[in-house]
This record gives sequence, C-alpha cells and structure tokens, in this order.
Amino acid sequence: MKHALALLFALCVGAAAAQIDSTLLVSPPAPDSTRTPALNMDAVYNRPFLTFDKIPVSLGGYVEAKVQHLGTDGVNDGTSFALQRMTLFVASSIHRRIKFLSEIELEEGGKEIAIEFAALDLEFHPLLNLRGGIVMNPIGAFNQNHDGPKWEFNDRPLMAVRMLPATWSNVGFGVFGKRSSGPWTFGYEAYLTNGFDASIIGNSEDRTSLPAAKRNAERFTESSNGMPLTTAKVAVRHQRFGEIGISTMGGVYNQFQVDGLVLDKRRRVDVIAIDVNTGIKPWGTSLIGEWAWVMVDVPATYTQQYGSAQRGGFLDIVQPLYKGTILGFADAVLNLAVRGEYVDWNVGTFRETNTRIGDEVWAIAPAISFRPVPGTVLRLNYRHERAVDVLGNPPSVTGGLQFGISSYF
Amino acid sequence: MFRGYHAVFITLFAVACSKLEPAAPAEDSLLDGPVEGLSNEEHLRFLRGDVAFNDEVFHADNGLGPVFVATRCGSCHAGDGPGHPSTTLTRFGQSDANGNTYLDQGGPQVQHRAVPGVAPEVLPDNAPSARFLPPLNTGLGFLDAVSDADLLAWADEHDADGDGISGRPNWVERKTYSPLRADAVEQAGQVIGRFGRKGAVYDLLQQTANAYNQDIGVVSQFEPIDPYTHEEQDPEIAAATVHDVVFYLRTLKAPIQRDKDNPDVIAGEAVFHTIGCGNCHRAELRTGPSPIAALAHRDFRPFTDLLLHDMGPGLDDGYTEGSASSAEWRTPALWGLGLFPDSQGGTYFLLHDGRAHSIAEAIDLHGGEGQAARDAYQALPASDRDKLLRFLQSL
Ligand code: HEC
Ligand code: HEC
Repeated sequence: MKHALALLFALCVGAAAAQIDSTLLVSPPAPDSTRTPALNMDAVYNRPFLTFDKIPVSLGGYVEAKVQHLGTDGVNDGTSFALQRMTLFVASSIHRRIKFLSEIELEEGGKEIAIEFAALDLEFHPLLNLRGGIVMNPIGAFNQNHDGPKWEFNDRPLMAVRMLPATWSNVGFGVFGKRSSGPWTFGYEAYLTNGFDASIIGNSEDRTSLPAAKRNAERFTESSNGMPLTTAKVAVRHQRFGEIGISTMGGVYNQFQVDGLVLDKRRRVDVIAIDVNTGIKPWGTSLIGEWAWVMVDVPATYTQQYGSAQRGGFLDIVQPLYKGTILGFADAVLNLAVRGEYVDWNVGTFRETNTRIGDEVWAIAPAISFRPVPGTVLRLNYRHERAVDVLGNPPSVTGGLQFGISSYF
Repeated sequence: MFRGYHAVFITLFAVACSKLEPAAPAEDSLLDGPVEGLSNEEHLRFLRGDVAFNDEVFHADNGLGPVFVATRCGSCHAGDGPGHPSTTLTRFGQSDANGNTYLDQGGPQVQHRAVPGVAPEVLPDNAPSARFLPPLNTGLGFLDAVSDADLLAWADEHDADGDGISGRPNWVERKTYSPLRADAVEQAGQVIGRFGRKGAVYDLLQQTANAYNQDIGVVSQFEPIDPYTHEEQDPEIAAATVHDVVFYLRTLKAPIQRDKDNPDVIAGEAVFHTIGCGNCHRAELRTGPSPIAALAHRDFRPFTDLLLHDMGPGLDDGYTEGSASSAEWRTPALWGLGLFPDSQGGTYFLLHDGRAHSIAEAIDLHGGEGQAARDAYQALPASDRDKLLRFLQSL
C-alpha cells in the first residue's frame, strides 16, 4: 500500500493539463473570431474534424459507451452495457465568414435521433455574428460543451441533463461575438428560440422538469405558444485564472390562449446559471463547475409535488497524475478526478406544515481516467448517489462502478 | 504540498470504493414489499400493481383531474406507509347515519387542487367536514380476509359485557361492482365495511376505484362519474390496471415486528393488554379462505378489531360516513407504528387527521370508549409507560 501511494505521489510530479486540450486537435473550421482564446461558447468549433482537400466539408463525431454495475438499496440490475450516444458533426465553410455546422446525435442505440445543432453562422464583425437554425441555448456551459470525450465521467451531470435540459436545442436566431484584449477574452451570445411547454409541470417524473419539454419534437417546427424563449450569456476568460460565465434563459411556457381564447394567465420559466472553468496552475488541476437556479410560475392551486424553484450544480476536480508515454502513447495522461453534485428539485416549504420540501439528490463520483490521446478517454468511475423523496424520508442509495470509453473520430 | 493534496484525493477514492454497492435495508425496517410465499405468477402481478401504484403519474395529458388531490397513489402512500399533512383528504357533507346531503355540491370529498387554468373545489361554508390522513397500506390482504363472522363476534354494540367498550361494524351499501364476500353477513341489504378510517369501504376494489376517481380525478368503468363535471366519462384507466393495484394492495406483506425478544418489549405488550388497549387494538386475528394461498388461514397480529368505537368529543369532527356516528372511528391497526416516521418525513402524524405528533400524544387524545384505557395509561408508573411505548415502537 505504502509503495502504491508513493508511486502515485511520484507520478504527480509530471502533472499536466487534465481535460482535453483543444490545441492538440486537428483544426476545426473555426470562424475568424475564434482566433482569440476559446470560451465554452466555442465548443461547437472546438472539435476534431476530418477535412477533405477538395470539398469544403468536414466530418467528425464522437462515440460514448459504458458498462456499469449499479445497485439501489441492495437491489441491482446486474451488469448492463450501453452505447449512450454516437454523434456526427458535419461542417462546411461556405465562405471565410459564412459557416455551417451541425451535430446529429443518435442516442440509446439509435432509439432517439436528434439534430442537436444545425446552424448557419455569418460573421459581420468579430463582435457581431448572426447565427440561425437549430442552436444550443447557451444556458450554463455544459449544454454547449457536452461532448463525451471532454469529460472524465461516464454520466453527464444531473444538474446539466435532468435539471437544465442538456442537450437543449431549439430553432431560433441570435447573435454572438467575442473580443480579446491582453490576457482577457470576453464573449457574449443572445438568442430567441422556441421554448418550453406545459409538460414541465405535468410529466411522468412527477416533479418540475425542464427536460420533459424535450419530448415535444414539434418545437423544431412550431412554438407551443408563440412566445419566444430568450437565452443570453456573457463570459470572460483570463489566461491565468480561467473562465466564468453568467447566463439566463426565460420565457412563457404555457399555452395561455388558443384561437384567441384565453385559457390561463401567462406563466414564465426562468433560469440563471453560473459556470466556472479554472484550475490550480502549479498542480495542473482543473476545476469545472456549474450552478443554476430554475424558477417556474406554478399555479398555487396545483400540486406542491411540482416545485416553483429548483437549484443544483456540480463540481469536477481533475488532477493529472502522470503525463508522458504510457503503453506506447507518447502524449498519454492519467488523471484522478472527482465529481460532486447536488440538485434540489423542489425548493420550498410545505404549506401545511411549513417544513422543508425534500426531493433532493446528492452524488459523488471519484474517477480514474486514462487519455492515450487527448480526444480519447477511458474512464472508471465509482458512483454513490443519495436521493430523498419529496417528504424527506430516508434516502434511497445507489452505488456501483462504471467503466466507459469515449472518443472523437 | 503535493503530498497533502494528493492524499486527499486518494483517501476520497479509497473511502468511496470501500462500500461499493449499498446494502439492502433490513426487511423488518421496510413497510413495503410482497408477502412471503407468492408464486412467480403472483410476483409478476404484484410488480404490475406496484408500477401502477407507485410509478404511474397522472398529469393533464393522461387523465389527471381536472380537479384532484394528488397525482398518483404513491405520493400519498409513500413506501406504502401512512401519509403526511400535505396529502390529507378533506371529506364533507354528512353528520349522521342519514347519508351525505352535499352530493350535489361536490361531496363527499374536496378536490382542492386543479390542473392549470381550472378552478379547484372549495369546501362549502358550514358543511360538516373532517380531514383524513392516509393510513398505512401494508398487510391489507390479511385484514381483507378476516371473516365477517369474526367481526360480528367481537362486536358488542350495547356493551353487554359492561367493559365500557362497545365496538360495532359500519353497515354500508355495497357497490354493484364489488363482489359479495363468500362468507358475507348482510343486514337489511347492507354489508360490513372495513377499510378507511370510518370503516365505510367494503373492499379494496371499492377503495381503489374510489381513490382513482376522488383523489386523482381518474375515472374507470367502476367509478365513471368525473368529480369535476359530475358527468359520466369514458374510462381513463384500464379495468385490468385497477385489478392489478387491488392485487398489489392485497399482497403487501404485513409489517414485521422488531426487537420481539427484548424483555422491555415483552413487558410492554403485557402492559398494553392489562390496561385494556387490546380490547380495541386486538392483537390476534386469523384469515379465512383466500384464493391467494399465502393469505389463507393465517394468524397475524395487526392490533385492530376493524370495528367502530366512539372516541369522545375531542375526536368528533362532526363528519361521518356510512352508519357510523361522527365520534366513531374504526380502530386503526398498530402494526408498522415504529416505522411510520420513515414515510412521514421523519416525524409522527397520528390519529385520523395527523393531529398527534407522538405515540404518547395519540394515546392522550383517546376519549369516549378509549377513556378508561387512556386513564389507566396515564396512571402507569413511568417505567411501565416507557415499556409500553417501547413495545409500540417495535411494531
Ligand atoms: C391525496 C392522497 C391520496 C391518494 C392520491 C391516494 N390515497 Fe389512498 N388514502 C388516502 C387517505 C387520506 C386515506 C384514508 C381515507 C379514509 O379513511 O377514508 C386513504 C386510504 C386508502 C386505503 C385504505 C387503507 C385502510 O387501512 O383502510 C387504501 C387501500 C388506499 N388508500 C389505496 C389507494 C390507492 C390504490 C390509490 C391510488 C389509486 C390511493 N390510495 C391514492 C389518501 C390518498
Ligand atoms: C375504545 C377503543 C380503543 C382503545 C381501548 C384504545 N384505542 Fe387506540 N385508537 C382507537 C381508535 C378508534 C383510534 C383512531 C382515532 C382517530 O383516528 O382519531 C386509535 C388510535 C390509536 C393510535 C394512533 C394510530 C394511528 O395510526 O394514528 C395509537 C398509537 C393508539 N390508538 C394506541 C392505543 C393504546 C396504547 C391504547 C391503550 C392505552 C389504546 N390505543 C386504546 C381505539 C382504541
């Protein structure tokens, strides 16, 4: 044991960059403005692509698969394999300042096929680009920066996929821009898109659930209520200290009128998110975290099972232990990582007892990840999760091991 | 510096991995789960009912309401245990055995919640009413299989034995869809109710069909009148699903006593009987024949006589059901009592509306026929009282 620890300590001395280093990738079709340092908003470009000399189209994608053995309160479903998703990117430079980018995702072995992103970008000025099509709403950072190979964990953060509905994309238009000055980079994005519907407070989760609205594929052709969803984000990055972003998303979610007949008052959903991506330079540690608040106008005469507020976040700490040649891969990295996460699905107190409403989940996931090359990761996680019901009864506890691979291709 | 930092990581990793998968909680610490001895086929049916009871969530698009109280059975009966004040039902409109006079005003139950855009029901002014906290649902198949003859044998309507306790059954109308029990005793065309806090419900099919209708606003072929429009509607739930839920309720295991051999628990049970608690909270019951082998001819210990008792003015809310008076309540089973807080959010909510926050407080609120036992309890030396409570906690 002592030797093993000593070895681990020794390995740390060679510590280096943890998460995927985009500069090592085959160069993607970057818009001119991305010559400035990359922010989370650049994630759609910050991917490896296959490029063809003769035609102006590039192809790429990633795949993510895992095997897990998880148990809940002593009951386990045995060993289960999953191809979580395969995503294809197709991009094309129509002009130096006009680009098309798309991301098509096949989830759960092809059961779900989604166009997550398919947008035309037109650059007028680095600070003013127009984007139209199916866009990823810039709420938090994970929603845009969600590619499997970029992360050291087999599961996506609960807060990102089950509270904020990553990957949340919609048809719409907007503008974005970026500017650098010295060590600072500033970026912004603002979009108007189609949005949520009343399923966020009426669904089989039996709780307020923004992801419930994703089941409505009609949002790609028609708004549920004619009221656009506004999403806006600003982010700043300092070369030394990293990136911080603040974003908001909001709009009316219910169908308050049909054929001109009023059915209900207009009810809003609003989200605020903060994302941070920083590190401890001398150790090569990276810290990636996000926290968000959701506020929904739930009618007072509806059930308290559906909360009018939610909050949650995650923090990933990734510590490279060794960087160098492993098994013949010259630039391999071995990381130790841990993710802590929390979501309160229903913030508030019961009207009847004035006591706290439960419906919360905590999880911790320590991990070891091995990156033979930056765009490929093998990861082993242990997951421990505690979920409390709405009344705050003793938690159900889930735990077990997950092993998976994810790679760009 | 490096060392300390990495040691934290490694320790975290090691600690987390040491307990790889969570162990199952002890069987006797859980209220839910099937009775032992079901066949594989019966397990499958139990699971179907379990999913319908706990996981099938109703919302505006699949039949909820439009006026309702909750969105699924499991939200009021968490872990099949008793409920929480946020899940209580308000019933109204009947103050004596002459029936409900508010049926045209939305009686007998207030659906005080509604889907967005719809106004929920409100309790009519001055209507007699009571609030009902969900009771636990485990072991109901055993209670269901006790014969009518046994219930009548324990009844003592005019207190012939002079012990101050005069239990009687609640005679109710049988719904046409509820089959008559094989050994049913009828009186003037009425049958003996045994479920619900007033004992006004004949069988688990009536309880389930009524819950879907009145609690969730989901109509079935059994109860087709929508509580919002008061008009008959097409079923929003399959009859087969309702029957699966009934099967699930019938085959939920009886709660398992803990610390059975603890001397204080044994002494506590003796105190329980000595001071007369067991005259209503009857310890030993036996089932009759049952199509489910695991339930047939079994002795079990629920601590109820399934009869109505007048509990005095303190527990008289002025509202009633069937032929019960407003002060009468059906003796609740006490099995599972020690585990109640695990489904009530960590605290106790006892008695029909959850007004008592501890076992001791529930006993202190016994009046009427329960007065003598309460007085005897209050006169006990502290050590006997502790043993009694210890016993009740073990149930
Ligand atoms: C809004 C909360 C709520 C919902 C939803 C609900 N129940 Fe109940 N349940 C109660 C209450 C309160 C009682 C006590 C009623 C009474 O005493 O008459 C009860 C009583 C019962 C009983 C009788 C238990 C006994 O010991 O007598 C059964 C069985 C039952 N419910 C089953 C169900 C089923 C099945 C469903 C779903 C179809 C359901 N409940 C939905 C609140 C609820
Ligand atoms: C006359 C019959 C009778 C006697 C005697 C009696 N009880 Fe009860 N008990 C009841 C009834 C009926 C209720 C339900 C009253 C209500 O819901 O308002 C009840 C409720 C309770 C409850 C609350 C259960 C729950 O689920 O909320 C406890 C605990 C209890 N009794 C314990 C005792 C103890 C201990 C004694 C002896 C000191 C005792 N009872 C004597 C009839 C009786």
